[in-house]
Amino acid sequence: MDDLRELYQQVILDHNKNPKNFGKIAAANRTAEGYNPLCGDRIDLYLQVEGDVIKDISFEGAGCAISKSSASVMTTVLKGKSAAEAEQLFKKFQKLITSEPGAEPDLKEMGKLAIFCGVREFPLRVKCAGLAWHTMAAALKNKNMAVSTE
Amino acid sequence: MIAFDVERIRQDFPILHQKVRGKPLVFLDSAATSQKPQAVIDAISNYYHAENANIHRGVYYLSEIATKAYEDTRVKIKETINANSIKEVVFVRGTTEGINLVASSYGRKNIREGDEIIISAMEHHSNIVPWQMLCEETGAKLRVIPINDDGELIVEEFEKLLNKKTKLAAVVHTSNSLGTINPVKRLIDMAHDQNVPVLIDGAQALPHGKIDVKKLGCDFFVFSGHKVFGPTGIGVLYGKEALLEKMPPYQGGGDMIKSVSFEKTLYNDLPYRFEAGTPDIAGVIGLGKALDYVAGIGYENIATYEHELLNYATAALSTIKPLKIIGAAREKAAVLSFVIDGIHPHDVGTILDRDGIAVRTGHHCTQPVMERFNVPATSRASLAFYNTKAEIDLLVKGLHNVINLMN
Repeated sequence: MDDLRELYQQVILDHNKNPKNFGKIAAANRTAEGYNPLCGDRIDLYLQVEGDVIKDISFEGAGCAISKSSASVMTTVLKGKSAAEAEQLFKKFQKLITSEPGAEPDLKEMGKLAIFCGVREFPLRVKCAGLAWHTMAAALKNKNMAVSTE
Repeated sequence: MIAFDVERIRQDFPILHQKVRGKPLVFLDSAATSQKPQAVIDAISNYYHAENANIHRGVYYLSEIATKAYEDTRVKIKETINANSIKEVVFVRGTTEGINLVASSYGRKNIREGDEIIISAMEHHSNIVPWQMLCEETGAKLRVIPINDDGELIVEEFEKLLNKKTKLAAVVHTSNSLGTINPVKRLIDMAHDQNVPVLIDGAQALPHGKIDVKKLGCDFFVFSGHKVFGPTGIGVLYGKEALLEKMPPYQGGGDMIKSVSFEKTLYNDLPYRFEAGTPDIAGVIGLGKALDYVAGIGYENIATYEHELLNYATAALSTIKPLKIIGAAREKAAVLSFVIDGIHPHDVGTILDRDGIAVRTGHHCTQPVMERFNVPATSRASLAFYNTKAEIDLLVKGLHNVINLMN
């Protein structure tokens, strides 16, 4: 029960119910579609990149509480960041959610993303938490492409 | 009828007596794969312990025993589904391979550009994609029988779809995501009136009731061993001899030939022509034992008990306010697909798992069904004769816990 409370903590549930940056950006110049064939989760990501900076970012789609809140939190964290910083955060986030269950997590510089620490106790849900991030990375690299967690 | 003793039956399934995550396992995912009775596990184990040899080849003792066990099972299956001859019973890897065999062999030979193939809106992906591939290759067209809001096929629409261009209909007997049992006999009769052969996907049918292919009149019938309490990796394609006889081989290799030279290969007789290579001998033997086991309990006893369980579960789930059951067919197998307002099925599955309850969440390989009901996914509890009312109560308790936790 405790690890469930840790996974579905209040902030995650709030982001699930009232996601931030939900919808399309008119000025988006990078988009990507993410898909998790396992559960049918789908996310459309919109980025407005100027120079090297993510000026604006938003998402749309249907998914579980973990994938939706992860996308929501990610958009709030990445706004104003450079592509390199986004890439760096993605790596750290990936490391956090796939770290050894039970071990003390490294939450340094994780900021808001630390709330996803509980995901590592649920290996089957790592893809849900990572979907938005994989999609973001694809959007930064290429314009208009589809990614899949499989 | 002797009262159905579920506790005694559960004793036959060793996997059910374990704790997962500290809780007793509640296995409600038998439509994905069923659990195996000890008799099946022992038969497979015994084969490798004492009987393993390749079949149809050796002149020695072990090969003779293995061949007999393999071929005796074919006879058993012929009798179980009431086929005319063992020539009509082809061992395949499962339902998926059986459908692919028909699409590839029968389909390529008989279906041309402009022809039509009819399937239904509640097919599993395995009864959609092989036909789509065939259509792409040949230029034939796929037509789809729609379903109503209760998840039942609209039979009148099938009648309208049937025409001179229709070359095959492939329809699921029992839906894995809705539980709907289709009026397949009626559909087959309608198709035959227009000389259209029919393939029935029986993957979910056999675990819940007796199948008589002669009575049904279907041209092809396919099922998987692992859904009917047998091992994975083995299944059966039944085909009418007259059709199989004219079909080209599906795969080439050993055992499917009479003689091979570089100039000319003579293909083997039915059913061996469609069984290239060393088959899953242990799987076939295990499947035979599984069918014995089911017959021992009795198909009617199973159907009666499961129906009672389904009614109990439907009533119990209906007491949960934000929950909606998807699929309310009048003829229904013990499958309950449901959605809960504002909670994604994947979250439902994870939280139930912490209570030791195994349900399937997702699109169940029936994405068009999800689209039809405008849901991205559902949670699904699928029951077998080893499930109990007490387990349904635990599911209901678990679902209340899900709702509390997520709100």
